[in-house]
Amino acid sequence: MKILVHIKRVVDYQIRPRPTQDGKDVELTNVKMSINPFDENAVEGAVRLKEAGIATEIVVVAVGTAANQDVLRHALAMGADRAILVETPAIVQPLEAAKYLKAVTEREAPQLVLTGKQAIDDDAAETAQMLSALLGWPQATFASQIDIADGKAVVVREIDGGQETLSLPLPAVVSVDLRLNEPRFIKLPALMMAKKKPIETLPAADFAISAPALELLAIAEPPARKPGKILNSVAELVAALRTEKVLP
Amino acid sequence: MSVLVIAELDSHGIKAATRSAVSAAAQFGEEVHLLLAGSDVAGIATQASSIKGVSKILLADAAEYTHGVAENLTPLLVTLAPSYSAIVAAATSFGKNLLPRAAALLDVAMVSEVIQIIDATTFVRPMYAGNLNATVKAPAGLRVLTIRPTVFEAAASEGGAASVETIATTGDAGKAVWVSRDLVQLDRPELATANVVISGGRSLGSAEAFKATLTPLADVLGAAIGATRAAVDAGMAPNDSQVGQTGTVVAPDLYIAFGVSGAAQHVGGIKDSKVIVAVNHDADAPIFQVADYGLVADLFTVVPELTAALKG
Repeated sequence: MKILVHIKRVVDYQIRPRPTQDGKDVELTNVKMSINPFDENAVEGAVRLKEAGIATEIVVVAVGTAANQDVLRHALAMGADRAILVETPAIVQPLEAAKYLKAVTEREAPQLVLTGKQAIDDDAAETAQMLSALLGWPQATFASQIDIADGKAVVVREIDGGQETLSLPLPAVVSVDLRLNEPRFIKLPALMMAKKKPIETLPAADFAISAPALELLAIAEPPARKPGKILNSVAELVAALRTEKVLP
Repeated sequence: MSVLVIAELDSHGIKAATRSAVSAAAQFGEEVHLLLAGSDVAGIATQASSIKGVSKILLADAAEYTHGVAENLTPLLVTLAPSYSAIVAAATSFGKNLLPRAAALLDVAMVSEVIQIIDATTFVRPMYAGNLNATVKAPAGLRVLTIRPTVFEAAASEGGAASVETIATTGDAGKAVWVSRDLVQLDRPELATANVVISGGRSLGSAEAFKATLTPLADVLGAAIGATRAAVDAGMAPNDSQVGQTGTVVAPDLYIAFGVSGAAQHVGGIKDSKVIVAVNHDADAPIFQVADYGLVADLFTVVPELTAALKG
């Protein structure tokens, strides 16, 4: 079966983001960007399904600016077969992304769409659910285990207080949790091979898609906490917490 | 127009997070209706009708709504949406799974994890693991939002007198099939709503040490036990105890971190706690930058000492 994996290019998780000087957006100039960590788990999940003989082809797709070529190469080096970039002038919000992904999914006709449970930049956790809604497909979000058999995906998902198992008839959309797997390190030869794999670029204008979007009014750092105190003993700590009235 | 809140149910009835969503919905200054969808929920409707601030309960009683499967609940939301100016749910795993699916079918740009409602179309939400807050304006028309339950005080469960209206059900969508649920049995407060949370990092060493060290203290404090991703990944603590950007966001009165270094992804999930205490042997650990009180010491001596001090 064919798997489509949706990935996003985001500010690297180790970077502390800052607002731009006018406070209207996030500073992205000269900031290290990487594949969204959850999407890396999704790519890894697809590659393992291919190694297990379940998947036959992995197509990785990104919706965003031309700069997304680098994260698509990263996914190709991990083991994806080919890549598609829906090239937009700017970073798009989840609903718009889901609409482009719907068009790509219908063209590619995969049995399974995998993506990360959320992108670590907007922290929205919306795109997978929106995509499955638009396609009319079943969804499983926050997956920590995926088993494919008999035309079904049996998915264990992380929920508040524990785990839940769903059985989805294919085709389906699954968003994955970090717990699904440990993404592999890319070795140099794989990186060289990935350069020969094709990336197809589709201009967003070709899709004639429009979507309502949230208007960004301001970006600011949350109020800083007051500087704390280093104490010397447990007795001091207990006394301080009783003064704060958080201990009886 | 009115605001529709989606109730989330567990074995005890309506979750506290839903009452936080009611408080948030009340800020729109319109009538608040509560959708109660499940099987055999008539009994819960009585409980729900006394939640303060709710004027009407929409009761959808059918087998297909058991377990909160998103594919079955979405058609119900799409049917109800034209009568409402906003649809609100708590940003729990239930709300986060359901609302984007409905928003897409309604062609609405939704707002996730709202932490402040400025007016009926302007909201503040955290991004980048809570490192930045974004103020966003939603287009006019229907708004769909999940709210972060830790920042809106739960509406009182008594004092309301809502009417109950039974509504038409929408049938089984025939998509995802619910198989089973495996909940960790808790004999202590739920992480998301506990007044006191103590948490452990990788320094605890093993699952046995994690449990043996932290449980006595949690018992004395009546605290929930959380963990960092490192501790969870190392198998020391269950997955659902993870606190942070990708786990549970907590905002208790008292948060005590033992052997937690303080990665941004963890701090994003605790920084709205009233008082943060850090105990770490490494004086340079970033957790000390957000802690109100810090102890540079070995947690294996501090925890028993603290437990003894609180007992006596």
